[in-house]
Amino acid sequence: MKILVCISAVPDTTSKINFTADQKSFDTSGVQFVINPNDEFGLTRAVWFKEQQGAEVHIATVGESSVEPIMRKALAIGADKGFRVDTPPTDGFLVAQALSEQVKKENYDLVICGRESIDYNGNMVPGLIASHCGYSFINTCTGLTIDGDKATAIREIDGGSETLETSLPLVIGAQKGLVEESDLKIPNMRGIMSARTKPLEVITPSNLEALTEDLSFEKPASKSEVTLIDEANIDQLIELLHKEAKVL
Amino acid sequence: MSVLVYLESENKTYKKSAYELASYAIALASQLNTEAIGLVINNDTPENIGGLNQIISITNESLNTFTAERYASLLSIAFEKSGSQYLVISSSADSKYIGGMIAAQSGSSFIPNVIALPENIEGKTAFKRTVFTNKGFAYTSSKSDRCIIGLSKNSFGVHLSDVAPKVEAMALELTDDRVTVTNKTTADGKATIADADIVVSAGRGLKGPENWHLVEDLAEVLGAATACSKPVSDLGWRPHSEHVGQTGKPVATNLYIAIGISGAIQHLAGINASKVKVVINNDPEAPFFKAADYGIVGDAFTVVPQLIEKLKVFKAQNA
Repeated sequence: MKILVCISAVPDTTSKINFTADQKSFDTSGVQFVINPNDEFGLTRAVWFKEQQGAEVHIATVGESSVEPIMRKALAIGADKGFRVDTPPTDGFLVAQALSEQVKKENYDLVICGRESIDYNGNMVPGLIASHCGYSFINTCTGLTIDGDKATAIREIDGGSETLETSLPLVIGAQKGLVEESDLKIPNMRGIMSARTKPLEVITPSNLEALTEDLSFEKPASKSEVTLIDEANIDQLIELLHKEAKVL
Repeated sequence: MSVLVYLESENKTYKKSAYELASYAIALASQLNTEAIGLVINNDTPENIGGLNQIISITNESLNTFTAERYASLLSIAFEKSGSQYLVISSSADSKYIGGMIAAQSGSSFIPNVIALPENIEGKTAFKRTVFTNKGFAYTSSKSDRCIIGLSKNSFGVHLSDVAPKVEAMALELTDDRVTVTNKTTADGKATIADADIVVSAGRGLKGPENWHLVEDLAEVLGAATACSKPVSDLGWRPHSEHVGQTGKPVATNLYIAIGISGAIQHLAGINASKVKVVINNDPEAPFFKAADYGIVGDAFTVVPQLIEKLKVFKAQNA
């Protein structure tokens, strides 16, 4: 089985988000970038397939050379080979187009993307890749087993879950639950050393096109002061929620 | 160049989100001086949403189970046939599933997590959307003539007239779906985080899963859904589906009540879109108080039972 895990570099979840003074772009100064958490759940499952059932695991990232450290980390976790499409990931359409070309070139059996990246939250890249490549697609995937070319998956739905069956080739949108948080791999020294020499191919893209444009950004308005209520006076809370906030 | 809106149904009637979605589509169409058209699948009373110019109603028993390929291809066809400039979809798990697929099939762009009507920026039509899991907003424009708008829940409200729309049936050929649903599990009768007006959430401050009856009882009085912080789901006290935050579910309710949650930045991002936040925590230094509208500094084990009793009285009086 040949697996591609698509990886996005995103600000660490503890980051405070700021925009440049002209409000035109995200201010990356002082921001630590990590593997998008949804992608990391997917990567861990891919490495599990490699170890348990035998698979070759590739990773692909769209981005400039600054994303290479997180790609090396993914290789240290257990991926075999990396591909970096050398262009800024301006929108989901451009990213999906670049990744679809990679999928078509290597004919993967399984493509794993995070359900969404935690920066622009588009939730569109896996569905776009599946459609561009003619693969089946399962989103918000919290369980995946593969037997031959048959895949059984669990999908989280609003208020419950579904069990789905399909066949490879398949794209999934991974999220927490696909593997447990405690099963995420921290690269060991051997992994880190071997990642240094694993192949990381740089692809120069052509004819990629973004379909959307972020014209400006802003931060949420600052919050007004909290109204504290004495724990002996819970009636006051109910009164405020009823009459002032009008939510009861 | 009309506005098409996909209004989701459940058990042959409209889902709650459909009313907000229709309201947004009507307002968008009016801004563009055009018509708003609803698209409805397997709904016995499609006329029950006022103010739309037209409703296209599709009835087909084999569409009772949602499968993404079929639904995406159906919506793509309807989007093309209607000649609409915009297709508005909700932020439900099903609509998020098919958003990208419809965009690819119909050759349109897709702007998700939209929270307002478009504004003119530098001569372009820009939609305000949340980014960085509610830590920021972007104003995004489409470079394509046709665009899918994913509307965030609880961002626009319901503003509908009672003018009944004309309903037209649409016939269609269905393709096979390569993905089949073999089992579906839902907690019947329980409010879900996706749909509820109120969410009651708790963290490690509750000390253990055996104390969750406090959360469930409070949720029951309020008709609320239950949720939890990340550590609680990581510890296995509650299922992952209840985890609220940056790597879990976003919550955009009218009222969010947080019990024993300190308020890590990742959690606050996930619940930021909620309108009113109440925090109950015994630590007055908990960062959550800075993000809250109302707070009680106190022990959850004494405050919550009292709150439940007093709310029961309030509900009985205001029934």
